[in-house]
Amino acid sequence: MAAQRNGAGSRRSLKLLIVDDSNIMRRRIERSQQFEDLEVVGTAGNGIEALEMFNKTDPDMVTMDLTMPQMDGIECISKLVQLKPAVRILVISALADKATAVEAMERGANGFLNKPFTDRQLNEAIAELMS
Amino acid sequence: MLREEELKTFVEGTTNYFEVAAQQPATIGSPYLMEGAPAVHDYTGMITISGKREGVVYFTAPRAMLTVLLMKMQENDFSHETMRDLVGEVANTISGNARRDFGRDFVISVPSVLAGEKPDIPRKPGQRSFIIPINWRSHSAKLIVSLT
Repeated sequence: MAAQRNGAGSRRSLKLLIVDDSNIMRRRIERSQQFEDLEVVGTAGNGIEALEMFNKTDPDMVTMDLTMPQMDGIECISKLVQLKPAVRILVISALADKATAVEAMERGANGFLNKPFTDRQLNEAIAELMS
Repeated sequence: MLREEELKTFVEGTTNYFEVAAQQPATIGSPYLMEGAPAVHDYTGMITISGKREGVVYFTAPRAMLTVLLMKMQENDFSHETMRDLVGEVANTISGNARRDFGRDFVISVPSVLAGEKPDIPRKPGQRSFIIPINWRSHSAKLIVSLT
């Protein structure tokens, strides 16, 4: 699913929303992702901003940090999945325990990438999410 | 008080951070114990720990080191805000990675940051901080771990 086709048969980019409370991480993810068919449509610094941006941009995919102020990533994942069950969510978090990864997946995340990560690891994780 | 094998978790987390995020390994000096407030560098990222353990984890580094670290991360914003963001993110990453060994009841806060100020480490009587010296390129930084 590198891209979707519209009725006329032309390719449409997948829309990506990046959620992380670190500006550096948001820019890093945007800069490092190497998929021509992936368009970053917005970024957010916490779960509440993510919900607002999600409603504005209707993304196909979301990268989601977990430890964030105001609304954390776990709660935000549940809300995003309620809004759009087909959304694909890649958690990108420093939290490295298995129980957290399991909970994120149970809430509706589709992948989990631990920080710190290399560009290659990021792109492999995104590719898996897009497939 | 942090046990030796627990200290290893933070040493390995620090090593892994520089190896992966900066693509250049850091040298970790011998950790040592200290009472009282340790000296800090220009920027300090702080994570409060709660749950089955209580305390704080600090990453403190000089501006020059953070600048090079940002360059290695292909970042081109070297503002005060970005320095603050980076020390918070390093402290968050090393603390979050520690949950691999400590489990999910090792609850970490969002980062808070000090710039040029000495941290006020909340401490119970007799509690001491472990200082983990970090040498990376020509720069020195510290990870400070104070847990009950």
